[in-house]
Amino acid sequence: MTYLLRRLAVFPLVLIGVSIVVFVAIRMVPGDAITAMLGTEAGLLTPQQRAALAAYFGIDQPWFVQYGRWLLGLLHGDLGISTTYGRPVLDVILERFPLTLELALLSMLIALVVGVPAGVFAATRNEKLSDLGVRIAAMIGQSTPNFVLALLIIYTLSAGFGVLPAMGEFAPLWQDPLRNLGQLILPAITLGFAFAASVTRISRSAMLDVLSDDYVRTARSKGASARSVIWRHALPNALIPVVTLSGIEFGYLLGGAVIVEQIYALPGLGRLVLDAILQRDYALVQGCVLFIAFNFMIVNLLVDLAYAALDPRIRLGEN
Amino acid sequence: MVKHLTRKLVSGMALAALVGIAAAPLEASAATLHMAWAQDATGLDPHKQTAFSSLRLLELVYEPLVRVDASLKIVPAIADSWQFSADGKELSFKLNPKAKFQNGAAVTSADVKASFERILDEKTGAAARANFLSIASIDTPDPASVVFHLSQPDVPLLTAMSDVNAAIVPASEIAAGSIGTKAIGSGPFKLDKWDPNAKEVLSANKDWAGGATGVDGIEISVLPDETAILAAMRTKQIDFALLNDPLVATLVPKEASLQLNRVPVLAYHVLQLNPSRKPMTELKVRQAISCAIDRQEVLDTASLGEGKVTGPLTIPSMATDPGQLFCYKRDVEKAKKLMAEAGFADGFSATVIGANGEPPTAAAEAQVIQSQLAEIGVKLDIKMMELNVYVDAWLKGDFDMAVALNGGRADPYTMYNRYWTKAGNLQKVANYIDDTLDSQMQKGRAETDPEKRKAIFAEFEKHIAEVSPWIWLYTSYSYTAQQKNVAGFVPTPTGTLFSLSKVTIQQ
Repeated sequence: MTYLLRRLAVFPLVLIGVSIVVFVAIRMVPGDAITAMLGTEAGLLTPQQRAALAAYFGIDQPWFVQYGRWLLGLLHGDLGISTTYGRPVLDVILERFPLTLELALLSMLIALVVGVPAGVFAATRNEKLSDLGVRIAAMIGQSTPNFVLALLIIYTLSAGFGVLPAMGEFAPLWQDPLRNLGQLILPAITLGFAFAASVTRISRSAMLDVLSDDYVRTARSKGASARSVIWRHALPNALIPVVTLSGIEFGYLLGGAVIVEQIYALPGLGRLVLDAILQRDYALVQGCVLFIAFNFMIVNLLVDLAYAALDPRIRLGEN
Repeated sequence: MVKHLTRKLVSGMALAALVGIAAAPLEASAATLHMAWAQDATGLDPHKQTAFSSLRLLELVYEPLVRVDASLKIVPAIADSWQFSADGKELSFKLNPKAKFQNGAAVTSADVKASFERILDEKTGAAARANFLSIASIDTPDPASVVFHLSQPDVPLLTAMSDVNAAIVPASEIAAGSIGTKAIGSGPFKLDKWDPNAKEVLSANKDWAGGATGVDGIEISVLPDETAILAAMRTKQIDFALLNDPLVATLVPKEASLQLNRVPVLAYHVLQLNPSRKPMTELKVRQAISCAIDRQEVLDTASLGEGKVTGPLTIPSMATDPGQLFCYKRDVEKAKKLMAEAGFADGFSATVIGANGEPPTAAAEAQVIQSQLAEIGVKLDIKMMELNVYVDAWLKGDFDMAVALNGGRADPYTMYNRYWTKAGNLQKVANYIDDTLDSQMQKGRAETDPEKRKAIFAEFEKHIAEVSPWIWLYTSYSYTAQQKNVAGFVPTPTGTLFSLSKVTIQQ
């Protein structure tokens, strides 16, 4: 409990650090909201016109004044107004987040359902042909870029079979579950493919370690069946690195899968933050990054808690 | 590997079929045009927006006083008729009495006056303001008549007024400060929904003075990847799409059910030299670069030959045959001689900047130019940047050379006064001006006789190609792809999608 409170107490400090870095970094990049809106035509503006637009976008003050204003708003739960959407940043983020969360969960599900059994299977057939097959498949999975797989899937489905999930408007899960799943399954397979490959490799090597441990030998010598040795005794102990990897990957996915969202035209968090950066929508960039950092910290915390659940020998917060 | 991937794909499809997705292309409602583009509009204020997609969306909702047709002739929009006074200092319009805003109010001369006053107000930040500075005052003798009093004869003004950046908006909305948050125009469609970077929903404006539209509405989806747009067209989810990438566009004709529309546009691909930086300060060095570049090869390699080599003027009725311009036929020997005469027989090093993906051909253009200039000893370092970073450097004139895709206009003065006049707002970008260019531009602005105007701008074009501050390369095509059952779309050199107002979907 103390551990949990201590971890939670650090959250605001990390978030403030992240917000300062993002705030300064985005302003150090050349170009601003005015050039993002007008492009090269921004050169036609008179100084007065430019000043009027800067005031409109809230970039007419020094950065520390802007930051102070933003921080004050944040303390009141206000992340500011997006200049692109003309709406509160938090509303826009929360509108996009369910898709990203669903996509991340679905990808993780695919990765674990495919990856863990494949890794266990390969470990139990160490150095046999089937092990080699799994390892080669995992290597291909890890080294195939997302966009190649996504384009391959889209091309094969549209050119070969004349079908494609509806693109453009996204159907939320609670409105049209079937259509929603239809729109997310291919992106989830695309993301889950490489994710599953990593899970396979790490499950295999963790299982190999565990299978040579004394307690596994003891279990075997006591006459436990092969199935029971693998699934009851060995696997739970091999899961810790899998949980670590899944936690990190899941954290990344919660930040949005920019390329996959771009190709499948999914309005998720990844595309939102990319568009916000390209359009220099400062409030939205800050809000998104803060939100992503917060998610990452939560996922990390959950991973740490999962360690303790998986292995009772681990006592969190003790040296 | 192929087998493995195929298995993966097949299992993916099986899963997809299981959950019912592969089911199918959207059932297109006969009267709604499903459209897609890769880049979305960036805002709704017609006076402030300059992004291509924003203009294409807004010209379906708003109307200017006049517009240009496919042959770049001025035709009526809100105004039925117009006339310049004999001294060219007064421009009068008669408005269409049937013109109505989508809020039901008639379009009156007061709205026209308020719209132009808003554009001219520096606080607005209207990008097109520079084109309207000759307007001294605006009279509204009656609700259907507007008279613009000009401080000097300004023939290109009428063309500038055809732009959606000069759209007429309701005076009441200007007073309420809601331009940009609500889109209330007098155009063929009403904007019912705009979900930035995702979707736009437009419905037909039944009160449009231009008559009935061919479809009941248009739904525009933002599909950022053009390969995905093509895939969605194959499966008939999308009826009509805007394409930028020539690589994707050339795949369209291979699909039996699709049709590719392409038309040369006014925008031009150019290698901008910076004549304020050594050694581009030397006329002979700039001319050597011009002679060393094979424009056709740049076009063929970077854009698969999809375009046309161009001189500075891209307006078909004004353009000179590029073959007659200085060094449009590649001459490496002449280029080497010019370099030697300028004292750079051993060449020099320079950096060329370009924007990633804007246009999609930028990096390839820079690479071809790099290899061509290497033949005369010029070592080019290519620096590709994110668009906004590029725009920032470009506006400051902070480059040795830049590959650019610059927008064109239907009138040469409006197109180039920003660069090639002494008072041009973008002189800092052009970094070159001489008396001949300035005086030719001023003469062209005041001349009302079309033939004499054409002769003035032909001289301008010949001169600027010779002094070579920039190396004009080619104009590309604007591409739209459509299902073959979509009828009535007319592609134009300005890239406007206005003719979607009369498009129909055949059953």
